[in-house]
Amino acid sequence: MGEIINESMTSREMLDILVSKNMEDARQAKKDGKLVCWSSSIAPCEFCETMGIYTVYPENHVVGIAARRGAPELLEYAERKGYANDICGYARANLAYMDVQKCVSEEMPLPDLVMYCNNICETLVKWYENIAYTLNIPCLVIDVPFNHEDEISQANVDYVKKQFGTVIGQLENITGKPFDYDRFQEVMKIASQNANDWYDATMLCSAVPSPLSGFDMFNYMALIVCMRGRKECGMTFRKLKEELEGMIARGECGMKKAEEKYRIMWDGIACWPYLSHTYKVLRDQGVNMTGSTYPSAWALRYTPGNLEEMARAYTGMGNNLSLKGQTDLRKGIIRDTKCDGVIMHMNRSCKMCDFLQHEIGQELSSSLGVPITTFDGDQADPRNYSKAQYETRIEALVEMMAEQKGE
Amino acid sequence: MNYQEYIRELTAAADSPKAAILASCKKNGKRAVGWVAPYAPEEIIYAAGCIPVGLWGGEAELKKARTYLPPFACSIMQSIMEFEANGTYDDIISAVVIPAPCDTLKCFGQKWKGKCPAVRFVHPQNRHVPGANEFLVAEYEHVRKCLREILGAAITDEELSDAIRLYNDYRFAMRTFTHVASEHLDVITPVVRHKIIKASFFMDKKDYLQLINGLITELRKQPRNQWSGRKVVITGITFEPEALLKVFEDYNVAVVADDIAQESRQFRTDVPFYGTPMQSLAKQWQIHEACSLAFDANKRRVEYLTELVRANDADGLVIGLMKFCDPEEYDVPIIMQACEKAGIPLLNIEIDQQAAGVGQNRTRIQAFVETMA
Repeated sequence: MGEIINESMTSREMLDILVSKNMEDARQAKKDGKLVCWSSSIAPCEFCETMGIYTVYPENHVVGIAARRGAPELLEYAERKGYANDICGYARANLAYMDVQKCVSEEMPLPDLVMYCNNICETLVKWYENIAYTLNIPCLVIDVPFNHEDEISQANVDYVKKQFGTVIGQLENITGKPFDYDRFQEVMKIASQNANDWYDATMLCSAVPSPLSGFDMFNYMALIVCMRGRKECGMTFRKLKEELEGMIARGECGMKKAEEKYRIMWDGIACWPYLSHTYKVLRDQGVNMTGSTYPSAWALRYTPGNLEEMARAYTGMGNNLSLKGQTDLRKGIIRDTKCDGVIMHMNRSCKMCDFLQHEIGQELSSSLGVPITTFDGDQADPRNYSKAQYETRIEALVEMMAEQKGE
Repeated sequence: MNYQEYIRELTAAADSPKAAILASCKKNGKRAVGWVAPYAPEEIIYAAGCIPVGLWGGEAELKKARTYLPPFACSIMQSIMEFEANGTYDDIISAVVIPAPCDTLKCFGQKWKGKCPAVRFVHPQNRHVPGANEFLVAEYEHVRKCLREILGAAITDEELSDAIRLYNDYRFAMRTFTHVASEHLDVITPVVRHKIIKASFFMDKKDYLQLINGLITELRKQPRNQWSGRKVVITGITFEPEALLKVFEDYNVAVVADDIAQESRQFRTDVPFYGTPMQSLAKQWQIHEACSLAFDANKRRVEYLTELVRANDADGLVIGLMKFCDPEEYDVPIIMQACEKAGIPLLNIEIDQQAAGVGQNRTRIQAFVETMA
């Protein structure tokens, strides 16, 4: 794949080529009788990558569908099948897609195995259980128990690390090949380098004005999700970093045709069916999204070869932390990316994103004094969003931010 | 005591939890420690010399809870949130143990608003891999350590072993009760059955065990199979509010067996002998099967349910679907398919503890009874 992108391309060109090539490769692999895996977005990609298993990501696939307004028919199909409409929109759309194999976006081949890591949510446990049961295929699991205390317990790390061994054994059985430990070492190096490159590039939004709009970052996210185990991923983010550094030197803002007057942290998943509306309302008032939990979400840093550190990285991911851990993470983001306010997405699809919002919000406003607003939306289901409500809430937030800035 | 007296005593406890708990504490010179649904290692609480009290929500008018939880959290957690925030639990429990098997409970454990201290733990979901037992032992040791500090109790391994024995006796008795109850459906109506099982959350298990064993003995003296109405198996997290079960009674439908988390799932799986008491307690979770809350890519719950219907000669299956409960909701389409294939009539009823009336559900239950005819 190395040849399909080169240094003369922009990072955006690289991104587009790589993401579509990844899905195309998986479709071809399926046709050729090779193994395809469906994986959750922050599961360890290192194992399947080592074994040459083509991996695609249902969450990312549904994002493509939702952003192209193609989710409703899949959601309705799932509901007719008996799935309650309050279940995660990604899961509903994907479980429907598994049946119908047709969508408005790229087609995704059916899996021969699935793998989930519940560091982002517990809904994956049931979602992947249903895929594995329905298709009668192996379900590989890295269970990372919730860190209910403020420290990550050694028992948690030990348990996660032991599961790495189990997954290796399962993959050997599934592929009929011995696990290639030399290749594994190489993949771990690439994956952790990519994690650093992703973080370094996306955190350049701390510059004032920010050379990167958070909404552009949402696009680049597809690559860190889908190709974290490939070296082309890092190449793209290094290129992005170079471009952003150039913009910083020139004092350019990442928002097109707008001046950056306010900077906010976006808390939660994007509202994909209304991505453009949510962006434009902000841009029109000079609000740039500079902070989010995404840069750190894939900053899975560990010394290649050190499985203990790797286990700690996967279980220590933001969503899997205690209230204090999650609050501290956001305080850091607000400070580092110099945010004047916070927008919390009360996302009907994601209980994990929502149910601590009250407590996190209280702590952020009392300790940092940042104004906060929330709006109702959904990561996939357009029925749960109201343009008018969003506009009113953003207007109110801008007023509060203006007041704080003494304007 | 005759069977009616046993039933009266047990259902009275279910009707007045606070009075029952306080009376049991007073009688036994113990304190009460709460645990939030669906599963917690009650034996550790019992070994601390306390009475474990199951917190399963209840009918509540939501006021304070609205501030802390969006409307799409399940109604059990809404009710518990209301009770913890309005002080209902304050003069009853000395500590609370909170599990984290779903996203709602993960968050819930982080935001306890009651006065007593909260102890949190989490079950492993990859239950059959090496390391799962050690991890859960570490979690349970964390619970033991916290309860020792809060309660000043020793919680020795010997006390734990005693508690495990008592609880296994309780589980055995409950399985026996549900079986005997199915032979006396004229007496053990859906509401009575639910209340009898629920009463175990509000009193010392050793006292409860005596009552339930007494009831079993007395029931066995009665003539069997005097029931001519319909029989159903119910499944879900809880089947409250009680008014819903009353509707079944109104249409001459009995509950012949259940797969309810608040009921049979509590006592389906014994704690096996497996090394130390803590390892044994942890092992129980590893061998607990056919439950929506315990990861199982084979989804044995589906087969378990169809088999439960057949084995009990039931006329149909009723899902009491806790609204906004992810683990339960994901199982529904697959249960629907399995029932269709097996020719089992199926009714799916939405469970909302705050529902003002049974409303539409009455009509749906009535229609369902007609399809079973």
